[in-house]
Amino acid sequence: MVKSTSKDAQDLFHSLRSAYSATPTNLKIIDLYVVFAVFTALIQVVYMALVGSFPFNSFLSGVLSCVGTAVLAVCLRIQVNKENKEFKDLAPERAFADFVLCNLVLHLVIINFLG
Amino acid sequence: MMARGHVRFLVLILAVAICGAASAVQPISDSHRSAAVDVFVPVDGSDKSLEEAYEALKTLEILGIDKKSDLSSATCENVVKVLGSSSSTLKDAFYALKVNGILKCKSGGDVPKEVVSQLQAGVKDAKSLLDFYYSVGGLVLVKEQFSGTDPSLGDAKAIFRSIKSLSQNDGRWRYSSNKPGSSTFAAGLAFETLAGVISLAPSEIDQSLIQTLKTGIVKLFDSIQKYDDGTYYFDEKVVDGHESQGPISTTASVIRGITSFAASESTGLDLPGDKIVGLGKFLLGVGVPGDAKDFFNQIDALACLEDNRFSVPLILSLPSTVISLTKKEPLKVKVSTVFGSKTPALTVKLSHALTSGSKDSSVITNQELKFDADTATYFLDSFPKNFDIGKYTFVFEILLDDSANEKAYITEAETKVPIAVTGVISIENPEIAVLDSDIGSVESQKKLDLTKDGAVSLSANHLQKLRLSFQLTTPIGRGFKPHQAFLKLKHESQVEHIFLVKTSAKKSELVLDFLGLVDKLYYLSGKYEIQLTIGDASMENSLLRNIGHIELDLPERPEKAPRAPLQSADPLSRYGPKAEISHIFRVPEKLPAKQLSLVFLGLIVLPFVGFLIGLTWLGVNIKSFPSSAGPAISALLFHGGIGAVLLLYVLFWLKLDLFTTLKALSLLGVFLLFVGHRALSHLASASNKLKSA
Repeated sequence: MVKSTSKDAQDLFHSLRSAYSATPTNLKIIDLYVVFAVFTALIQVVYMALVGSFPFNSFLSGVLSCVGTAVLAVCLRIQVNKENKEFKDLAPERAFADFVLCNLVLHLVIINFLG
Repeated sequence: MMARGHVRFLVLILAVAICGAASAVQPISDSHRSAAVDVFVPVDGSDKSLEEAYEALKTLEILGIDKKSDLSSATCENVVKVLGSSSSTLKDAFYALKVNGILKCKSGGDVPKEVVSQLQAGVKDAKSLLDFYYSVGGLVLVKEQFSGTDPSLGDAKAIFRSIKSLSQNDGRWRYSSNKPGSSTFAAGLAFETLAGVISLAPSEIDQSLIQTLKTGIVKLFDSIQKYDDGTYYFDEKVVDGHESQGPISTTASVIRGITSFAASESTGLDLPGDKIVGLGKFLLGVGVPGDAKDFFNQIDALACLEDNRFSVPLILSLPSTVISLTKKEPLKVKVSTVFGSKTPALTVKLSHALTSGSKDSSVITNQELKFDADTATYFLDSFPKNFDIGKYTFVFEILLDDSANEKAYITEAETKVPIAVTGVISIENPEIAVLDSDIGSVESQKKLDLTKDGAVSLSANHLQKLRLSFQLTTPIGRGFKPHQAFLKLKHESQVEHIFLVKTSAKKSELVLDFLGLVDKLYYLSGKYEIQLTIGDASMENSLLRNIGHIELDLPERPEKAPRAPLQSADPLSRYGPKAEISHIFRVPEKLPAKQLSLVFLGLIVLPFVGFLIGLTWLGVNIKSFPSSAGPAISALLFHGGIGAVLLLYVLFWLKLDLFTTLKALSLLGVFLLFVGHRALSHLASASNKLKSA
């Protein structure tokens, strides 16, 4: 029973990996970027848990910078995905321009809040 | 009682200080002589430089104080040593000769040949104005002090021209040709040096050169500074490189320069007279300087003004600027040179006396002052009938009787002097009364005798009023409104209340309605001392008197009413230091250990490294980066622009404020929008082509 479960799980991962390997490279880059941002945020949260939240605004701005840019990257991923028919008419360059603009606005606020 | 004595003493000191400040300039007097002894005499010739020794000796000589013996032996040794050696500096040689001129350590035919040749070489090799000043000045001194010598200068015309080449358009001079800053002090030195050149070689310098120098002097007088009371002085505008010279030494330098120039040539110097008098007034207005350098500069410059070839300024001074109408004091005026010596026969006229505050009303016009030959004083003893106490501005004119003297002496066109006229004010009908509030009928009324203390004793309750009234008249019978009129009530428990007496020229009156004042008096019943103060700067009999006491019967204090504040035993303690305020600051939050923070800083970089590794693993390339020039440039600019915006954010974090950042960001944003649009639309068209192909 146990064995079959682990085997099922392995099969599931295998199928996931093979399905993911078919993903276009540009989407993979975005995924990697999201993972990078989330990990950075996690490290900051761990640091906060260890030493306390004294410059709380600095902590918040650091974490929100990571989370915000990850969210924006996810949005970019939705828009440039060719499978996604909803944004079929939207050029990926336009989506990228939106991503850059939103990031710049986000970070202006972040820096202002950083103290 | 003690405290009041202190206060009175303070007021007295202040009054003396104010009176002293108001008086006009006084010529040099004995106070200068006694101060000079204090400032200069403790010099011990050995440990002072020759320059300081010369300044001390010269000042004492001008003031006529004979202290040479105290100074001469050690200083003379020094002088002989400097004049005997050939390695002393130009400056030392110059001051040694100056001291020698006063002390006569070396004289007659004993010419110090080494020094003469050294000075002559100095003139030849001179690069800067100071080199010229010391060497030419030294040669002039040699010529004066050692009979039979006539040290030649070499090419006097060329020397004159090279000194003149350092002059600026505005009359000021540079210290040397490679230093751009020009100085008024240097101009004074230059005039003195050029005067020396003229006196050493009078035949070689022609009139055209002298004439250009004269126009330079007149130009320098355009840059003179002025105070409102007709005082003129020279000041340094820019000070770069050289030690800064204050207005006293700058003025003294210019005066020394123009007097020695005027003495060296015969055609005469035409200088604006009011400015010369103004310079004299400036130097006298300094008073007695505590600094030896300032003292020397003041006395030396005044001595130059006292004995010069263009015109000697005459100074009008007043022994006292306060006249008492009651004592019938005459107004005394003295006219003298800056050192207080006698003047030629002249007339002093009081052209008008203005009441201060009003411009037009002149009380006295065109009155000639009488002369008292014994005290050399001009005086005015009769004043017009309508001349009242108060503050005036007297305008004097000095006219020389003999018009032949008009060339030699100069006076101010008009001298304005602030004068205070005082007198005894008579206090008429002083009365104090207790009134019934509702009908206003007089309950008890007392005449006041303001010549003695404690004459009145009254009693009142809170339904009554206290009325104090008096009239003030000046010696000529006009109504008078004093600056200060106060009534002070002082309770047994030392609580004080001060009330202002309503004054007018006709009648001064104060009505205290106790019903409205119970709150202010803290419901304190009992005996109050009454003190009356009447004071004015023009009032000779200003008074502060305890006129008696009043027994007040006030209602009980309600619960809510404020209590009387505690009175400290010493009224002066309120001027003492206040209790220290201890500030409580927020305790800074505990910060983690530095190492831990640095470790996490390193950890933060790890995901980024992972991101880069992941990118290479995915086989990312930049093949679609445009290769043709135009789009490549716009793509580069796009990335550069994003980088610039991020850099701006870092700067915003580090030092900029939000407004500067937003301004810069709006510019960068427009640029980024433009290049971004170009770069991305190129990419879009490229991928479209790829698709359609």
